[in-house]
Amino acid sequence: MNDTFDLRIGESHIEVHKFHGGTILLSVLFALILQSFLPVYISKAGYLDLPLLITIYFGLSRRNPSTGLLLGTIIGLLQDSLSKTPLGLFGIAKTIIGYLASSIGARLDTEHPAARFALTAGFFVLHQGIVVLIQKLLLAQPQTWFTMRLLSACLINSILGVFLYYALDRLRKT
Amino acid sequence: MMAMPSRHRSLFLLTGVVLLQILLLAVQIKRDSQGRLIRVWTVSAVSPFERSGAWGVGKIRDTWRHYFALSDTARENEDLRRENGQLKLEVMQLQSKSAEADRLAALLSFKQKQAKVPMIVARVIGSSADANSAVIYLDQGQREGIRKNMGVITPEGVVGKVIESFRDTSQVLLLTDRDSGVGAMIADSRIHGPVGGMGEPLLDMKYVGADDDVKIGDRVVTSGMDRIFPKDLPIGTISQVKAGTTFKQLRVRPSASLEKLEEVIVLLTTDPLAMKSDSTAPASNATIPSSGPNQLASGAKPTEKQP
Repeated sequence: MNDTFDLRIGESHIEVHKFHGGTILLSVLFALILQSFLPVYISKAGYLDLPLLITIYFGLSRRNPSTGLLLGTIIGLLQDSLSKTPLGLFGIAKTIIGYLASSIGARLDTEHPAARFALTAGFFVLHQGIVVLIQKLLLAQPQTWFTMRLLSACLINSILGVFLYYALDRLRKT
Repeated sequence: MMAMPSRHRSLFLLTGVVLLQILLLAVQIKRDSQGRLIRVWTVSAVSPFERSGAWGVGKIRDTWRHYFALSDTARENEDLRRENGQLKLEVMQLQSKSAEADRLAALLSFKQKQAKVPMIVARVIGSSADANSAVIYLDQGQREGIRKNMGVITPEGVVGKVIESFRDTSQVLLLTDRDSGVGAMIADSRIHGPVGGMGEPLLDMKYVGADDDVKIGDRVVTSGMDRIFPKDLPIGTISQVKAGTTFKQLRVRPSASLEKLEEVIVLLTTDPLAMKSDSTAPASNATIPSSGPNQLASGAKPTEKQP
């Protein structure tokens, strides 16, 4: 699974994964549509955060912080506009996640399923932390930092992430 | 001039993008606007897919139901041949009646009973992209007369209210959302108190005095005080009662299945319905167009445009 990853920090040589044309755009659209469509028929689908998983995956794969953060911004703002939240809430959170994912992707082995699981869990918690922080500080909305639902959502998304990333790996250019 | 290292460039970009979005948040809070233009674009882009998805799911469900109905019928036919009971076949045919037809019949019946209020049936095509907010999207919008702050119900009870209306789609805030609220009262004792969401399946009923007599199982209905919902529509039943120093802590289980909504009714008026329903005659715009079940399924047009 690690055959496409070449880590040579000293020489600044990083393998950047490329995708077939339109893959990123279609993945983002598909994730957003599913995110708002699935919970109508499957109430437990509300636990998923597919736009976040897409942000993390392409951040880790592209390994370019600028691209990662801009992709995070776009996905976050689109998610905001499909919710009742003010524009920028998920935008800021996903911008930071996109930046961190691509920065980490350039430094660590992010191809192994265990690493992907751990990173997704970490990013999920951080994302939620940023959202709650913005809601508390900027929007003056009372929010709780931790709930059992958050823990379940974190586990579900991390497990799903491993399989989703594996599927998205198939769309890479060889 | 020395070139900026790539790492610093991306850090500057990150800071800039985050600051811009903080500014965007601040502008929205100050102006109390929600970036409507971007929302209209996004919803317009996504809703056709959701609409097609809802249509596809409906078709798949119908096919699935018919398949099972047919296979059950075949099995039952063998028994029937043995038992020679024509009656069992009829029962099977009744059992194969789709759940959707039942729901639509209930909606039609409800609509006929509430003849004073103009209303329209809409299908749920999507939900919020944010798991923390309880919002749904309907397949009817401004073209059908849906406007902001209109009430949304099902025959079982109150669902929520319209918070945004687009050309062919509208956004509804469910009762379970933290920002949601409805004027309510206990059906039997007529004790008033607003009911609001907590971001959980149960609702919260506030400001009911510690001395008031409230029991688990008491029905909670709309009071009409919010001027969105007519009086006496079911909201839910009291499921938890805790004593408090000044007020009781009451939890209400919603009557409508808010997690399994597929069709809802939008009350096509922003006039104070409670006032109107209490008065003698309905106003000129408070009429329902005559419509059969088919029209009901696709959504009937209001007779007059709402203000």
